[in-house]
Amino acid sequence: MRFLLDAEQRAFTASLDAMLTAARTPAVIRSWSAGDHGAGRALWSRLADAGVFALAVPEADGGLGPRPVELVVAFVELGRHAVPGPLVETVTAATLLSTGDRARELLPALASGRTTATVAPPAPTDAPTITPDDDTGTGTDTAPAGHAPAPDLYTPALEGNSSTPGANSSTPDANSPTPEAPEANSPTPEGTLPVPEGTPLALDGDAASLRLVVDAEGLRLAPGHGPVRVSLDPARRLTPLSPGGELLTERPPVEEAFALARLATAAQALGVGLALLDRTVAHVRRRTQFGVPIGSFQAVKHRLADAKIALEFARPLLLGAALTRDPVDIAAAKVSACEAAYGTAKAALQLHGAIGYTAEYDLSLWLTKAIALRSAWGTPRECRAVVVRGR
Amino acid sequence: MDLTPSPGDESFRAEARAWLAAHVPRTPLPSLETAAGFAAHRAWEAELAADRWSVVSWPAEVGGRDCGLGRWLVFEEEYWAAGAPGRVGQNGVSLLAPTLFDHGTPEQRSRVLPPMARGEVVWAQAWSEPEAGSDLASLRSRAVRVAGGWLLGGQKTWSSRAAFADRAFGLFRSDPDAPRAHQGLTYLMFDLRAPGVTVRPIGRLDGKPAFAELFLDDVFVPDEDVIGAPGEGWRIAMSAAGNERGLTLRSPGRYLAAADRLAALWRRQGCPAYAHDRVADALIGARAYHLFTQEAASRFLAGAELGAESSMNKVFWSEYDLALHETALELLNEEGELAEGAWAEGYVFALAGPVYAGTNEIQRDIVAERLLGLPKGRR
Ligand SMILES: Cc1cc2nc3c(=O)[nH]c(=O)nc-3n(C[C@H](O)[C@H](O)[C@H](O)COP(=O)(O)OP(=O)(O)OC[C@H]3O[C@@H](n4cnc5c(N)ncnc54)[C@H](O)[C@@H]3O)c2cc1C
Repeated sequence: MRFLLDAEQRAFTASLDAMLTAARTPAVIRSWSAGDHGAGRALWSRLADAGVFALAVPEADGGLGPRPVELVVAFVELGRHAVPGPLVETVTAATLLSTGDRARELLPALASGRTTATVAPPAPTDAPTITPDDDTGTGTDTAPAGHAPAPDLYTPALEGNSSTPGANSSTPDANSPTPEAPEANSPTPEGTLPVPEGTPLALDGDAASLRLVVDAEGLRLAPGHGPVRVSLDPARRLTPLSPGGELLTERPPVEEAFALARLATAAQALGVGLALLDRTVAHVRRRTQFGVPIGSFQAVKHRLADAKIALEFARPLLLGAALTRDPVDIAAAKVSACEAAYGTAKAALQLHGAIGYTAEYDLSLWLTKAIALRSAWGTPRECRAVVVRGR
Repeated sequence: MDLTPSPGDESFRAEARAWLAAHVPRTPLPSLETAAGFAAHRAWEAELAADRWSVVSWPAEVGGRDCGLGRWLVFEEEYWAAGAPGRVGQNGVSLLAPTLFDHGTPEQRSRVLPPMARGEVVWAQAWSEPEAGSDLASLRSRAVRVAGGWLLGGQKTWSSRAAFADRAFGLFRSDPDAPRAHQGLTYLMFDLRAPGVTVRPIGRLDGKPAFAELFLDDVFVPDEDVIGAPGEGWRIAMSAAGNERGLTLRSPGRYLAAADRLAALWRRQGCPAYAHDRVADALIGARAYHLFTQEAASRFLAGAELGAESSMNKVFWSEYDLALHETALELLNEEGELAEGAWAEGYVFALAGPVYAGTNEIQRDIVAERLLGLPKGRR
């Protein structure tokens, strides 16, 4: 047992940090938010050169992976620098594409950064599942009414049970008519296509070169996307993906891929939280009121101490989850990292005073991301339900 | 980076589990904050020690198994999962012993540690004073040099379990003219039944009588009971205080077991929805604390010193423990009001967590100043 990053992993972190610091991400983020993807794409190819996407691509397909610990380490840095784009979705796609010949053909370009991908998450399940111990017989009255076993968050309708009543209805059901998109077979990356209501939103459908949809038959290349929706984080541009399109593989590893998405999102959130803490510590050391730095006031110190403690206790959960890849551990890491980052965001906003509340000031780029990542790839409620349900 | 236990760890775990299964008392011992409970717990320490399970990480010659921090963590997981009793020797084992390993003489180690391991001598911590709590360095009790030793005078207070303990360790002002409050202090051990010592029990919140204040009137302490050099007391005491807040006072095994019990209680009560998230957070928190500790232990075994991080630890476990017990009492419905049973006892104990071992306000100052580099200010 040696639960510490090794020298190589630490060096990887440091090199990503140096590269991203030099890239001055705030300007990149602002143009990405405005729908101008040029600077983002340039940064993307440098991340690919550093090996970030290859970490999720199997070695047999031109990658270095799968290496979840390194991915976590990398995503913490991506979060620390608030890098925009479908980063989580691209590594998720890499896993989804790892079976089936047609799918695997697309992997080398993902690893090298020539293509970017997005993929829609499963729609959130609302109520947590509560299954009292049967042997006690005491629980049935207080458990939410009529709860059949909940659809497993990691297993959308795909896993051979598409006709199970109550199965996740967000993925188009094989038995229901699929609305035919007019240009379903001629991808028009720039144009938007109609999508059925309630389709889950995928990040940056307008920017990604591969748009993947999981439906009852398998993994498909979506022919287009719906209108761009604005997230609370302006750098997250959300689009529904149109149904239909070429079937890439019938058996994508959905569970594994979505678990990785959740893990990478948690890592990104932790990075966002760490950056918010660093920026706020710098601010309270500099800013003076009443003739002294505000960081010498105990009320200020204690808020930041709490943020530090929450972030420091989330980090080992993430690394532990990367090692075990157990859905329960990943869900625990997601709750912990996202809640720590969100708590830090609130402290950061408060301790910056009014300037923290402005879009002009760069702090907002991290603040809004901390808010948005809480619900991406599994809300706190869904993740807590996974934890309680246990192994 | 890995979390895989070595095969040796697994057989150690199996051995500990089997021993505990055969020996853990079937009915819980009475509270160790009472006279009867204290005696029963002493007997339990002796039983543990007979098969060398009382201080597994210590060297074999003083009663341990020489098995290091990693296996101590494994042992603690098994210990608490087995529902074994609380440890009456804890103050000595987690606070005095590490200090003696670092700063004691070989003679002190061989004289003090084996009876501590067997529960024959139970130690109390005599640091706090009526006028010196958070500002511990302002303490006034004194040690005056005499032939062959020191005479102690003054008052100590809030000493856990001192009403039933045998000996105590504490800081005393040996040089009243030292320029700064932290200087001129001497760290020494004394007998709670020595002439000149008066122990007055103080009822805790639930009235249990083991807490105490100590009045010291020319209590003689021989030179052999001074820990480290006279005048160096602050530095020596503080080097071990991290143990109290950090690793060894609250092992993650304790919270892993407690979180499982909370989840079981919640299920038994029919999985009420209002507590769903708090039960989840208890499970998440136990795992976070477990892995945080694994990381700290790995760093420690790789040669790093554990410093101010132990303050993060202390805030975390104390708030965690309280939240866990609050949830449990709420789940017990009206029964939650009753002052009996393990949850109620644990709750009363948890209420004090944010206060003792350095209050959480003081710990947050340490985190902010030493780990975040914020300026010292008026407190
Ligand atoms: C159950 C229990 C067991 C204990 N066991 C022992 C023991 O075995 N041996 C022993 O020596 N002591 C023991 N103590 C004492 C404990 O260490 C002290 O209570 C603690 O250090 C706080 O000191 P105090 O009680 O004098 O409170 P004070 O120092 O008076 O503090 C009162 C309040 O003021 C706050 N405060 C004080 N200074 C500051 C500051 N600078 N900034 C912000 N807030 C501040 C504190 O955080 C606290 O909230 C025990 C206490 C309890 C409750």
